[in-house]
Amino acid sequence: MEHRIWNRESECMKRAELEKLQLERLKALIDYCDKNVKFYHDRFEKNNITAERIKQLSDIQYIPYTTKEDLRDNYPFGLFSVPKKQLVRLHASSGTTGNPTVVGYTREDLENWSEQVARLATAAGATEETVVQICFGYGMFTGALGLHYGLEKIGATVVPTSSGNTEKQLKFMRDFGTDAIVATPSYCLYLAECAREKAEEFPMESYKLKLGLLGSEGCTPEMRTQIEERWGGGFFCTDNYGMSELNGPGMSGECYKRNGLHINEDHFLCEIIDSQSGDILERGSTGELVVTNLTKRGLPMIRYRTRDITNINYEPCECGRTTARMSKIIGRSDDMLKIRGVNVFPSQIESALIGITSIGPHYQLVVRREGFSDTLEVRVELTDSSLLEIYSELEKLRRNIHDRIKNILGIEIKVSLVEPKTLERFTGKAKRVLDLRNEAK
Amino acid sequence: MLIKQISVFVENKAGRLAEITETIAKAGVDIRALSIADTTDFGILRLIVDKPHETEKVLRDSGFTVSVTSVIAVGIDDVPGGFAKPMRVLANAHIDVEYMYAFISRDTKKAYVILRVNDNATATKVLEEAGIVLLDENGFHDMMK
Repeated sequence: MEHRIWNRESECMKRAELEKLQLERLKALIDYCDKNVKFYHDRFEKNNITAERIKQLSDIQYIPYTTKEDLRDNYPFGLFSVPKKQLVRLHASSGTTGNPTVVGYTREDLENWSEQVARLATAAGATEETVVQICFGYGMFTGALGLHYGLEKIGATVVPTSSGNTEKQLKFMRDFGTDAIVATPSYCLYLAECAREKAEEFPMESYKLKLGLLGSEGCTPEMRTQIEERWGGGFFCTDNYGMSELNGPGMSGECYKRNGLHINEDHFLCEIIDSQSGDILERGSTGELVVTNLTKRGLPMIRYRTRDITNINYEPCECGRTTARMSKIIGRSDDMLKIRGVNVFPSQIESALIGITSIGPHYQLVVRREGFSDTLEVRVELTDSSLLEIYSELEKLRRNIHDRIKNILGIEIKVSLVEPKTLERFTGKAKRVLDLRNEAK
Repeated sequence: MLIKQISVFVENKAGRLAEITETIAKAGVDIRALSIADTTDFGILRLIVDKPHETEKVLRDSGFTVSVTSVIAVGIDDVPGGFAKPMRVLANAHIDVEYMYAFISRDTKKAYVILRVNDNATATKVLEEAGIVLLDENGFHDMMK
């Protein structure tokens, strides 16, 4: 298979050149925001920041962070830098807690966004020959239209099926010879399960699916393997990353090496910080990702706190790209638990649980303080009734779960088996942590 | 000559046993014998009932993890050494007993033991050859009336 690079000039730039370009763009952005966004202007004035005072990239540290709360407080258009007549698109987040966050794009922003997506889709293996079905919900959510425009840009044949209607999705896949899919990992897995259920009528060979551009929710390597095995036929999934505040999908994506997500660094300047203290961390450390969108015109974001935990590798990749690579998102800083001094992310526990067939997919983490020490209880639902026959089988299951998690976290935990359907179900973002450490006894 | 046993996974929570037994009571199920094995967190409730299939269904519909298996019910004379006899027969045939529970009938003056073994077929055969009374579903339930 041929591995293409969409924009060799930008994706294979020498680091010194890249940093020079980033600095130029950062200075221009500060000047632009100073003139066009009152929120930034006031902040710059208060902190004595001007474009001239930024001499090197690290001077960005003198600028305060921007947060989701800032966007909400300025709902809907308070942080926008252009009059509405220059905007050609609006998107918004779901706003499950309070006001939604509204984002706006100029024509130039849409072009940059498509360019960013074109790069990551090419890195994953898409070409003008690709027939790609987009199974993200179209609408206010940025995922579907972001991938749509980027894939059209590279000349792929886009089939905008949107989400839902699984039968129809599978029919189009067979009839159109769809060989790539854009979906959440869980929907991609669900489609594979449905295809298998109907395999007598439509054998798995009637699907040509080769490439998955999965996103919009996390996907552990274990889950990825599961999805690839369910589809079979050499199906290969890649992960990509972005958020509506930073255009949408397109900030970074995996190449065929799948050794980190290549960041479009000419558009995005990234930092890693300690999410509690706000201090910038050394290169290579794991912490919260903070992003400055260097080229955004409609709604510029300076030092936006993503709340996502990752680390960045600046070594050039074997694929030929020199752009830095971020690891798959390890967790959300809001979800991070510190237990006896160890950082624990629910996603780590999730990946330990995948593949254990006797339990359900839901779990809950309960943190307590007993004496002067924190304890972590992992609660999982027992679903395999065959284990009830022999008592030691249940103990064996519990020990197996315990050992797997303990190996990953390195701390002692307690595993509880609970009855099925007793852990709370969530339709939106799951809240899996019950932290009782500050509860009155 | 086997009878059906229901196993239910039970979390150690206040009122859980009451809920399970009320659920099956509503279905008109009569409990013949029971046992519970537990740890600090959970237990497994084992039941011999007059309507095993209905019991399994109502419990499953109520969201419990339930299984049904076949176990052996032996009737023994309620005298010293009565229980030793079938145990010796099983031991000689190298059959492992996973667990068991016993009760005494008020009518027949016999003792009954429910046995979960690793090999039902062989166990049934050797016990019957040794002249030990095994109860089937009907015999067990008639006897209990």
